[in-house]
Amino acid sequence: MDQNFAKRRRRELLTAAMLVAAAAVVPLLVKDAYYQNIMVLTLMYAALSQSWNILSGYCGQISLGHALYFGLGAYTTALLFTKFGVLPWFGMLGGGVISAVMAMALGYPCFRLRGHYFVIATIVIAETALLLVQNWDWAGAALGITIPMHGDNWLTFQFPRSKLPYFYFALVLAAVAWFVTWWLEDSKWGFWWRAVKDNPEAAESLGVVVFNSKMGAAAVSAFFVAVGGGFYAQFVSYIDPESVMGFQFSLKMALAAVLGGIGTLWGPLLGAAILIPISELTSSHIGGSGRGVDLIVYGSLIVLISLARPQGLVSLFSRKKAPAR
Amino acid sequence: MTALLETRGITQRFSGLVANSDVSISVGRGEIVGLIGPNGAGKSTLFNLIAGVFPPTEGSIWFDGQDVTHLPAAERCRRGVGRTFQVVKSFETMTVIDNVIVGSLARSTHMREARRKAHVMLEFTGLAARADVLASDLVPAEKRRLEVARALATSPKLLLLDEVLTGLTPAEAQTGVELVRRVRDTGVSVLMVEHVMEIVMPLVDRAIVLDLGKVLVEGKPADIVRDPKVISAYLGDRHAVGA
Repeated sequence: MDQNFAKRRRRELLTAAMLVAAAAVVPLLVKDAYYQNIMVLTLMYAALSQSWNILSGYCGQISLGHALYFGLGAYTTALLFTKFGVLPWFGMLGGGVISAVMAMALGYPCFRLRGHYFVIATIVIAETALLLVQNWDWAGAALGITIPMHGDNWLTFQFPRSKLPYFYFALVLAAVAWFVTWWLEDSKWGFWWRAVKDNPEAAESLGVVVFNSKMGAAAVSAFFVAVGGGFYAQFVSYIDPESVMGFQFSLKMALAAVLGGIGTLWGPLLGAAILIPISELTSSHIGGSGRGVDLIVYGSLIVLISLARPQGLVSLFSRKKAPAR
Repeated sequence: MTALLETRGITQRFSGLVANSDVSISVGRGEIVGLIGPNGAGKSTLFNLIAGVFPPTEGSIWFDGQDVTHLPAAERCRRGVGRTFQVVKSFETMTVIDNVIVGSLARSTHMREARRKAHVMLEFTGLAARADVLASDLVPAEKRRLEVARALATSPKLLLLDEVLTGLTPAEAQTGVELVRRVRDTGVSVLMVEHVMEIVMPLVDRAIVLDLGKVLVEGKPADIVRDPKVISAYLGDRHAVGA
């Protein structure tokens, strides 16, 4: 039994390594900048969704306000770079740490709320933060920040002429987010989080400090989302409040994980790989008319997937047969 | 030697309703104590107070020589209080083995060690064959055993069993009785709330009868079942007269 478990863990690791290797080759074959752009976004959302999944999937605290951490990461990176000349590498790390601290500060009151009330609080807080930044003159208020370009440079992480470096960074970010999840899954934290999600009272009776478990999940989750935000700021080189803190970011991270399989190791990746290309392709091919046809198609596809696989697309791959009932 | 668990003058009020009134009980080391009483006697409240779900309005709780009155449930678990729930609270989306691992993590945070111990507990409770099944797929009797396995995995000194034998078939209940005896034989004290007198009485070393939030009588099971006060509490005064 233990051997089976160890074998399964190794197989997961091997599968991930092969996926990373395969993904690394793709942009060398597909050289079209438009498709490379979609690939970068897909990998970034895979990382974001994977991080969101730690708090909301494993620990069961559904957040629809993670755009706050995404924005914090983006703004920290952009502000440190443009105002103080701090390299974005440190900006991303700094943004991650600030977000982790912020997540715990907000978690302190919010984790006393249960179920829907927690979800509402996350939305309200993220929207409030959006309004604050929109009125924060030093940070460019509603106009945002333009990050000046100085040519291809790994130090400043700017590549006006190529998408490849962004692609590889996003790939590493997605791989790290996956690996951290994989590692946490078989750690005390992973077990505590799932126990807290399923039944907090029983968890507490078994020595799990429910509150601390939630705080831990929130910090890890916010950290990686913020690093993704810092990356995004460098990738698009122009940010404004709505474009990095808007509700659509919170929603997309959650949606990818839910479509793929919430609280599962592979769900966020799978969900992002399907959701993001659909969203990008529909908006560029049938959008732009102003009639929202792209959103109708996009929405319908989501509805169809949810109807066919309510437990998430990852269940298509599960080796176990459906339990006999 | 002092008792393992002692409650001193515990009173619990819920906005006017007195659920426990001046309850002082004790559980010795290696003892199986039965807590019985009619519905609404305050058994579950007393249980939750001992497990640390909420602190009592008055009185104190002593465990293993220390005052634990204001310690939260998780900390009491670490001190050695394990419990099951009357309405089973399995981690439904987790497998049976994973449920038990959560318990063993209370003692060892090393995963390999925790997993090994969880397997031992599943063997002990006869659930080993169901290790990789989702908890939601267990039948009720198995879920009860899972509760016990999970609590035992925390290496408790005192195990609180909340109606684990209620609602089982006679054969299942018999298996349960034997399990409780084996638990005691490993050196764990047991305090069990139970409804079904004929199952509990042969099992326990001592019985405490609660009625209307107070300790009515306490003593050897054989004496308890003949006590007119107990009969009247359960069946009404009319039946006590002939006793």
